[in-house]
Amino acid sequence: MKTLLTKKTLKFVGALFILSELAAIMTGPPGNPTHQFDGFKGSLTDPTSLLGLFTTSRWIVFFVYGILASLIVYLVRTKQNVVGKVLEAQRSVSANKTFRIIFFIALVILVVLLPTLIKDAFWQNAMVSQIAVFVLLALGLNVVTGFAGLLDLGFVAFYAVGAYATAWCTGALPLPALFGIHLNTFYAIPIAIALAMISGIILGIPTLRLRGDYLAIVTLGFGEIITVFANNLNGVTGGAMGTGQVPHFAIHVGPVNYVWGIPPVPYYYLTIVFVGIFMIAFSLLEHSRVGRAWTAIREDEVAAESVGINPLKYKVLAFAIGAASAGFAGVMTAAQSNYVTPATFTLGLSINVLVLVIFGGMGSITGVVFGAVVIQTITMYLIHNPPAGYQPQDLYIYIGALLVIMMIFRPAGMIPSRRRSRAHASAASGQE
Amino acid sequence: MSGFFHYFSSHFESFRGEFWALFFGGIGSGIIYAMVAIGYTMVYGVLRLINFAHSEIFMIGGFSGFFVLKYGIGSSTPSGLSSVFFVILGILAGGIAGSLSAVVLERVAYRPLRKRGAPKIAYLISAIGASYFLINIAAKEFGRIGQSMVQPYTDHAVFTIFGAPIQMYTIIILIVSVLMFLALDRIVSATKLGRGIRAVAQDSETASLMGVNIDKTIAVTFLLGGFLGGVAGFLYAMNFGVLYSMGFTPALKAFTAAVLGGIGNLRGAVLGGLILGIVESLSVSFVNPAYIDVVAFAILILVLMFRPTGILGERLGRDA
Repeated sequence: MKTLLTKKTLKFVGALFILSELAAIMTGPPGNPTHQFDGFKGSLTDPTSLLGLFTTSRWIVFFVYGILASLIVYLVRTKQNVVGKVLEAQRSVSANKTFRIIFFIALVILVVLLPTLIKDAFWQNAMVSQIAVFVLLALGLNVVTGFAGLLDLGFVAFYAVGAYATAWCTGALPLPALFGIHLNTFYAIPIAIALAMISGIILGIPTLRLRGDYLAIVTLGFGEIITVFANNLNGVTGGAMGTGQVPHFAIHVGPVNYVWGIPPVPYYYLTIVFVGIFMIAFSLLEHSRVGRAWTAIREDEVAAESVGINPLKYKVLAFAIGAASAGFAGVMTAAQSNYVTPATFTLGLSINVLVLVIFGGMGSITGVVFGAVVIQTITMYLIHNPPAGYQPQDLYIYIGALLVIMMIFRPAGMIPSRRRSRAHASAASGQE
Repeated sequence: MSGFFHYFSSHFESFRGEFWALFFGGIGSGIIYAMVAIGYTMVYGVLRLINFAHSEIFMIGGFSGFFVLKYGIGSSTPSGLSSVFFVILGILAGGIAGSLSAVVLERVAYRPLRKRGAPKIAYLISAIGASYFLINIAAKEFGRIGQSMVQPYTDHAVFTIFGAPIQMYTIIILIVSVLMFLALDRIVSATKLGRGIRAVAQDSETASLMGVNIDKTIAVTFLLGGFLGGVAGFLYAMNFGVLYSMGFTPALKAFTAAVLGGIGNLRGAVLGGLILGIVESLSVSFVNPAYIDVVAFAILILVLMFRPTGILGERLGRDA
């Protein structure tokens, strides 16, 4: 008994207790403005069934779950060699080139066939507007945060520029349409991407001279200001109501006449083509001279400068290139939903995209795509089939917690970038 | 051009009429920015990074004061000595909750990263995550609509300066803040703890070789900064009420104030807070109120671009 009551075990039980209570509060019923403590009280004491055996207070249930989870972790840790062997096997399989190619082809086929496999209207719409678009956003933020190591908390600004640019050149804004005519939405793609890139450059040149933490707060402010302007410039952006007249895509070339309509599936294919293009372009960039310059700046800016890399130039380039895919995501959102309103472009969205990048793995293209698909799918699932007491806004609680947890336990993300992990491995071996 | 002059002169008339009222209002909000800015500056001094979750410490302080007054005060507004008692109670509640949450925050979101020697971006992301977590937990538990504070006293104009009435509220925040600034100045410059903080701010490795306990010093820094932030949250909430997202804008402005005064510099934070509060308040005469938050932000960008060391300069560790 005495051996069990050491300081270490007490500390462990204490931490476990606090964490499980926190989880109980996070998942519990909400409070309300007049009885603020009802939420806490309900979260801790509401009767719940414990593994279907008997009914007890929520906090006990969560504490038991905590103990079970830590037992599993303990067992896995002590059987390190077993886990190690499994991981080793997985690694050797995934290092196998033919396996990788087969896996990749299977994945592509799955992605192409997905709309025929999933017929549910909610999910078909979610695949475009919530998953594919967020994959685009995550890919863009990955260039800025993952490749160049710049924390941009106002990334949503570029998304907004893309969407408003689409509305502008298709004549949906109160402003006279760009070029005077209501362009086909397809022409909006290059224009929106160009405008987003230009806004990246304009935003980048003054702010990218700043140190990393200043940059984060300045971009945070810019993201907020974009919303303030979008909400208040009624004559330009349509104010808080925005605009609901963005036309769908349409092709009228010779005999081919095709109009993208309300059904999301055609949008799905259009978007994944662009996701593919951006993935290929960004991975080529990553392994080019530019990508190496970004890595050098990220790891040590002074050293990078001393070998002749102009940090400002490459950082601005990262902003502009990252903005390109966000701008395209803006076009897709505007065209698919026909709507552009400031309510879409919030700080919450910037942080949501950041989570996708962090979870998947900063600097890893497969990682961020994986992160975006997984997290957005879970999000959509929770919205579609909410568990008892779940409100859509509760998602942000989990997002915040996930950011802290990832930074503490797995900063490189679920699928770490290979170049990054190599750098980390060499740094670690150099230290010891 | 004439349109501009017309705009300016017509606004200037109202500006002249309201100048002193706006000026003293600006001092009131500026002092609150200064209190929050001190938290940013102190943490920046020891860790060399912005504590993104400081805005939530402000929010927690506001809510703690709110609950203490809500359940402490009955239906009628107290007067006389019991007013004083409730104001002090609210301040203590805000301060203690703020400092506790700051210490917990450091323990959970920063210390594990510090032990690992994580890159700076990891700290920022972790702090943003913590901040986001706290905002949304507060939104879930306390509701998503703002509520006004139960007033511990009846606000009234005590006297006038240049025709501008000075409210009781302004006097309370002035007294509280001056007392706290003096106490903090003593702690940082004359006690062993303060010497530890300054040593860590100057050079944490050398300080640890000289026997300064780095973990403890950083925790104390968060505690002091959190206390001021929590009290500021309570004082702000007395006037503007509580809301889960109440910390965001004041904290962004307080950060601007810290940069404006010179980050890492305690006196600079106070000066920056006052200047920002006054400029922002006076600009009400000229700028559409919808864009008033843009003013503070424009100041931040300009300072960062042209004088990133601030008015008094960065003085990490030298003079506290």
